[in-house]
Amino acid sequence: MTEKYNMPDERGHFGPYGGMFVAETLMLPIQELNAAYQQYLDDPEFIAELDADLKYYVGRPSPLYHAERWSRELGGAQIYLKREDLNHTGAHKINNTIGQALLAKRMGKTRIIAETGAGQHGVATATVAARLGLECVVYMGAVDVARQSLNVYRMKLLGATVVAVESGSKTLKDALNEALRDWVTNVDNTFYIIGTVAGPHPYPAMVRDFQAIIGREAKQQCLDQAGRLPDTLVACVGGGSNAIGLFYPFIDDRSVKMIGVEAAGDGVETGRHSAPLCAGRPGVLHGNRTYLMEDDDGEIIETHSISAGLDYPGVGPEHAWLKDTGRAHYVNITDNEALEGFHALTRMEGIIPALESSHAMAYTMKLAPTMSKDEIIIVCLSGRGDKDMQTMAQREGIEL
Amino acid sequence: MSRLAATFEALAKSGRKALVPFITAGDPRPDFTLPMMHAMVEAGVDVIELGVPFSDPMADGPVIQRASERALEHKMSLRRTLAIAAEFRKTNQHTPVVLMGYVNPIEAMGYEDFANAAQRADIDGVLTVDLPPEEAEECAALLKARDIDPIFLLAPNSGDERIKKMDAVGSGYLYYVSLKGVTGAGHLNTADVETKLKQIRANTRLPIAIGFGVKDAQTAKAVADLGDGAVIGSALISKIEANLDDPERAKKEIVELLAAMRQAMDS
Repeated sequence: MTEKYNMPDERGHFGPYGGMFVAETLMLPIQELNAAYQQYLDDPEFIAELDADLKYYVGRPSPLYHAERWSRELGGAQIYLKREDLNHTGAHKINNTIGQALLAKRMGKTRIIAETGAGQHGVATATVAARLGLECVVYMGAVDVARQSLNVYRMKLLGATVVAVESGSKTLKDALNEALRDWVTNVDNTFYIIGTVAGPHPYPAMVRDFQAIIGREAKQQCLDQAGRLPDTLVACVGGGSNAIGLFYPFIDDRSVKMIGVEAAGDGVETGRHSAPLCAGRPGVLHGNRTYLMEDDDGEIIETHSISAGLDYPGVGPEHAWLKDTGRAHYVNITDNEALEGFHALTRMEGIIPALESSHAMAYTMKLAPTMSKDEIIIVCLSGRGDKDMQTMAQREGIEL
Repeated sequence: MSRLAATFEALAKSGRKALVPFITAGDPRPDFTLPMMHAMVEAGVDVIELGVPFSDPMADGPVIQRASERALEHKMSLRRTLAIAAEFRKTNQHTPVVLMGYVNPIEAMGYEDFANAAQRADIDGVLTVDLPPEEAEECAALLKARDIDPIFLLAPNSGDERIKKMDAVGSGYLYYVSLKGVTGAGHLNTADVETKLKQIRANTRLPIAIGFGVKDAQTAKAVADLGDGAVIGSALISKIEANLDDPERAKKEIVELLAAMRQAMDS
C-alpha cells in the first residue's frame, strides 16, 4: 500500500466488501442520499454549520488525556485516552447523528428513524431530532430495551417514539431489520440515520467521514502534546464506527499500528460471542458484504456480549478490508476481561467507561506492559459508563 | 426457450394471465411443502415462487417473517429447499419453480455451487431480494449459463434507466412491487399501478408479474388485468398461520382461495 488510501470505490466497495445489497425500493433513496452526501461534503456552508455544531453543541474538540497513573501502574507504554465520553450525550455517536441530521434537513426530510443497541445512538439521534424539531422513531430490540431502560427513558424524554422489536433475537440486528422495513415503507419523507459504519453504500463511508473527526483531532493533539505520532491505536469494534473514526486519518501513517477489539462474550471458543472478524466469515447482511456470524446454511446466528452496543453479528465492511489487507489487526476480549478493564479505569483514573469502551481498555491492559515507556497508545474512550450502572450492579449482585 | 418464457408465451396466446403463489419452503413443517405445491398446481397456478427461509428477512412483513421463523425451527435451508424442488420436478415437468429469498444463503453455498445445485434441481428462476443488478453480475451470469432466469424486482420509484437495466440483466419475468413497503402491507392502488405499468411496458418486453397487496380474487384480477401475472404470498401464508394445528385445513383454504383467484382472473 504505497499509494494513498482511497476507499471505497464509487459503488461503495472496499475490495470484495461493502456494496449496495438492498431491495429495489431502497435503491433510489440510497442513490439520492449518496448524491446529497457527495454534494455537501465539499460545501463550505454545510461544513461550517457542521463544525459550529460540533464545537458549540457537542463540545468538541474532545480532550486527549494522558492517563499517567494507569500507564505507570501497567509499567509500559504511555496511554492516552481520546475522551469521546465527554461529548454531549456521552458517546461518539453524536458526531455522526449531527452530520446526518444536517443532511436530512437539507434534503427536506421531516421524519428521522434509527436503530439502536445500547441506546447511545438512539439517544444521539433523538437529541438531534429534538433540536431540529423532526419526528423521530427509534427501533430497539426488546432484549436491549430491558437491559438499557435508562436510555429508553432518555429517548422518550427527548420526544422520540421507541419501538421494541420482538422479532428474531430481539437485539441490534433485528432493530436494523425493522428500521429498514420502516424506511422502505416511508421512503418519501423519512431519513434513516444509521449509527454505525455498516449498511448499504454510502453509509459506511459517510458515517466514517463524520466520525473521522476523532482521529483528526487525536493526531493533532498527539503531535502537540507528545511531539510525535502514536505507535498504536486501540478501539472497540461492534459495527466499528468509533474505531474507524480513530483509524481512518492514520491509515496512510504506516508506522501507526491499529487494533480493533471485538467482544468475545463468554469466549470465542464457546460460540457465545460477537466477534465476526475473529471468528466469522464473509457474507451479506444489511446491505453490505462483510464478515458475519452465520451457520453453514448462511443463517445469521445469535450473538452474545455483555455490552449491547457490541452485540451485532456483522461489522463495517471497511474493517473487513483492513483486516484482509493486514493494515489493521483484530483481537477479542471476553465479558469478564471487559469488566476488569471497566474497574481498572474507574479506580485508576476516576473515569467510568461504557462497557463497549471497556473492551478497548481491557486489551490496552494486556498490550501496554509489552511496550516500552516511550511508546504511545491512543485508546478511544468511546462512551461513558453511566448507562451501564444497572447492568454492572446486577452482575455484581448489588441492588440499586 | 426457458420453461418460464414458454409459460408466459402460452398464457399470452390464450389471453390469460399467470397466477403465481408464494409459499415459504418448510412452513409450517418440511413435509407440508411438496403436497402443497402439487395441490396449488391442481388449483390452477402457473408458476410457483418457493421462498427460501432466512434469519433476517428485511423486506418482508410480519406474516412472511413468521413463516421464515417456523421453517427455520425445522432446520429448513437452501439445500433442503432445492431438494423439495427436485422432488416436485419428478412428477411435474411443466410448472416453473422460482426460488425467492435473500442472498446470504446463496453466498454461504458459493455462487457456482448454488448455480449447479439449482440446475440439478431443475429450478427455473431465482429472485434474490437484496441482490440488485449492481451486485448481481457474477451470480446472474452463472444462472443464465445454465438456462435459469435471474428475476429482478421493480418498485414504484424505479425510473426509466433502472427499468432498462432490469430488462437487460433480467429474464423470465420482472416482478413489480406494487407499493412502497414490505410484503403483506398496505392497500393496493390500481390507478397508480396502471400508470406505472405504462412506463414499465415502454422500457421492457419482459412479462410483468405484480405482487404486494394482492389479497383476494378481486385484487388478483385487478393486477392481472394490468400486468401479465399476479403474485400472492402473505394472504396464503396467513391461511397456514391460522391453521397451525391443522395443516390439511390450511391446504384446503389455500386451494380454495387460489381457485377463486383463477376463476376471477379468467372471467
